[in-house]
Amino acid sequence: MNRTGMRGRVEGLGWGILGVLAIVLLWEGYKFLGPADGVTIGAVEGQTGSGFMILPRTHDRAMPHVWDMLARLVAPTSGGDTPPLIATVAIAALTTLGIAAVGWVLGVAVGGALALVMQRWQLLEWGLLPWIVVSQTVPLIAFAPVINAIGNQIDRGGTSWPQWLSVAVIASYLAFFPVAIGALRGLEAPDRIHVDLMRTYAVGYWSTLRHLRLPAAVPHLLPALRLAAANAVLGVVVAEVSIGMRGGIGRMLIQLAGQASSDPAAPWGPIFGSVALGLIAAGSVALIGVGLHRYRRGEATA
Amino acid sequence: MSLRGTTIGARPLPGWVRIAAPIGVGILGLAAWILYVDVAAAAPRMLPSPVAIVQEFVLHADIITEAMVVTATNALIGLVVGSIVAIALAALAAAIRPFDGMLAPIVAALAVIPIVAITPVLNTMFGASSQFGRQAVAGLAAFIPVFVNVLRGLRQSRPVHRDLFRASAATPGQTFRLLTLPTALPYLMTGLRIASSLAVIAALVAEYFGGPADGIGTAIATYAKSGRAALAWAFVLGGIIIGLVFFLVTSLLERLATRRMPV
Amino acid sequence: MSPETTAPDSLAVQARGIGKVFPTASADVTALTDVDLEVAAGEFVSLIGPSGCGKSTLLRLIADLDVATTGELQIFGKPAQQARVDQDYGIAFQQAGLLPWRTVAGNIALPLELHGTVKSSRDARVRELADLVGLSDFIDRYPDQLSGGMQQRVAIARALAARPRLLLMDEPFGALDEMTREYLQSELTRIAAETGAAVVFVTHSIPEAVFLSDRVVVMSPRPGRITEIVPIGLGSTRGEGLRESPAYFERVTAVREALHGAKVERANER
Repeated sequence: MNRTGMRGRVEGLGWGILGVLAIVLLWEGYKFLGPADGVTIGAVEGQTGSGFMILPRTHDRAMPHVWDMLARLVAPTSGGDTPPLIATVAIAALTTLGIAAVGWVLGVAVGGALALVMQRWQLLEWGLLPWIVVSQTVPLIAFAPVINAIGNQIDRGGTSWPQWLSVAVIASYLAFFPVAIGALRGLEAPDRIHVDLMRTYAVGYWSTLRHLRLPAAVPHLLPALRLAAANAVLGVVVAEVSIGMRGGIGRMLIQLAGQASSDPAAPWGPIFGSVALGLIAAGSVALIGVGLHRYRRGEATA
Repeated sequence: MSLRGTTIGARPLPGWVRIAAPIGVGILGLAAWILYVDVAAAAPRMLPSPVAIVQEFVLHADIITEAMVVTATNALIGLVVGSIVAIALAALAAAIRPFDGMLAPIVAALAVIPIVAITPVLNTMFGASSQFGRQAVAGLAAFIPVFVNVLRGLRQSRPVHRDLFRASAATPGQTFRLLTLPTALPYLMTGLRIASSLAVIAALVAEYFGGPADGIGTAIATYAKSGRAALAWAFVLGGIIIGLVFFLVTSLLERLATRRMPV
Repeated sequence: MSPETTAPDSLAVQARGIGKVFPTASADVTALTDVDLEVAAGEFVSLIGPSGCGKSTLLRLIADLDVATTGELQIFGKPAQQARVDQDYGIAFQQAGLLPWRTVAGNIALPLELHGTVKSSRDARVRELADLVGLSDFIDRYPDQLSGGMQQRVAIARALAARPRLLLMDEPFGALDEMTREYLQSELTRIAAETGAAVVFVTHSIPEAVFLSDRVVVMSPRPGRITEIVPIGLGSTRGEGLRESPAYFERVTAVREALHGAKVERANER
């Protein structure tokens, strides 16, 4: 279904818009037709709060209309003279994006270095790869306070280490994994016959790396970089919340959700912001692939 | 297998090294950790000794297991529901072009946005005592890889096999049951394996964004804030165990399902 | 076979007592045993035999893609590794092995680029080679835009890029249809004659071996060894007419008999 080229992209965008519209229709449709108290299974008569709710209440306070959400975006953030919500969201999103970018660069560097080392020496691949895979089962939030504490220590010791840098390091933990795996797969991708060919040319490791392994790795590396960007964004949002960092979109998500009973449409602002954030991050990385067409001939779309 | 390095004629590493190498690395890492914390006493308070962590784990095994059950249940429900929805939608997408057209960009977008962002709103919508928000996030996290993989699997039957069924005048139902489904099964298993770890992490991380005061994530946050580092890490250990169990079970299923497929 | 009167470095390949053993999980596999072979400069020699006879292994030993377990191997009077480092040979495999992200020109230029040839001389040489194999019009195409035969021609051009004195070819025409095969065989003899390179050519096809070679080395498996070397002696110019000549058929029979180890009964002699 994946067609390359401009036409394919415009078509994809068109379908995407249709899809979003379909979701909006579902939302409003449920609001219109659904039961006012939502759908609860296993509720006991007379016992409020029992049972398990699987569909939410259709009340405007629980489920604001889509147009209310949009209207809220242009209304002032905290009433009065404060800038519109959309501006506050944008600034918070940009802050998060910036930190995510730093985290991404760190993650790509570490992941790439690990992949190179693992491809070169099989002993290291066997020793490190299982731990790299397992590393992602450790929840990020376990490390967040530790890294933050170490960062504070460094900062107090003299070298400047702002809090956002700790957040970036935490985000890089999520970002390095897809790069390590994808780059390793890509570096090992060349056929035996190409490796033999390079051997007949009596060129060493670095020349083979430059002329064979790196070009062959491109189609594996690009989706990995995209995934790393999405992971970096996620990492920053989670780290912001667990450290309690101000200024990013993570804090905003929780803050506004806490006020949702008085201002039900407001929490959707930072949610839209997060969506945009993820899309922009992935899109920016996709730009890297532009101009690398030569290396993607015969690439199977992931 | 690609040739490594530049020495040919050198014997490849023996098979047992494959198991010994990661164990060796693990022991080295553990030793370095213990040195850093206990011997050099250089670590910050939030990084306790592995020995202390295990002690706390054993000491508080009851509350830790309780929390593990909550998080694991959320992850499991998310995994199951997310997978079922994914399979259903993938089947629809494989059959109906316009549906696939609408769904593909949405799934691609879902894969790159931080899904946990909707947890606070879900908690408000469903009530602060509901686990729904966490299960929904886990479900979404599981949905994506299962959908992508099942869709790919449903499109994988080789032309020569399809020609065979056509020449044998098989009905569409038979073709689906005897060809498409068996071909897609290994892909489903791969998707489940990927989805399992993601569901666990999502369920855990979602706890950070509000909701009931149970589960591994909230425990980690609480004890980390109150400075009881070793206990917080003991809960982390619980979380890791859940993740590993999910991963191992689904990996085993995947291994069983892909045994007879040609490479 | 020539005795020791020929000076060693006019011999493209000199193999004495070559053996190769592969250790596997269960038992050792003897891929080659007691191989003696000499290929003179400019000579075209084919290696032919059933699967497992070690012909590809022998080629890989000559190319220093593998190391012999026993015996001596000299390429132009040097050890195989030195010959590889000095780039004395060019190699073509059964799959063309073109790098998909490089154009035809880029692929042909690869060995030159790797060894630091200046761009201007590189470009000139690439044009010359593309002409030689008849692909001048396709010089900016990518491999996925070429047919199998054309890809194989690019591989041959690439093998010739550094003007090697020895060409090693491992069933390069194996994946092609018969018409393309015959066409490329004629081209190959023409190119070999023009460049004066020695060629060691591994093949499964008896007619192909006879058409191309000065001598055909017949091998057999378990363990891999040379059973017979059949001189062909059909002259240095091999035109299409040769394929119909009685001398050609007679040589094909000779090779077939050597392969089967027994006289073959001919249909019209009954």
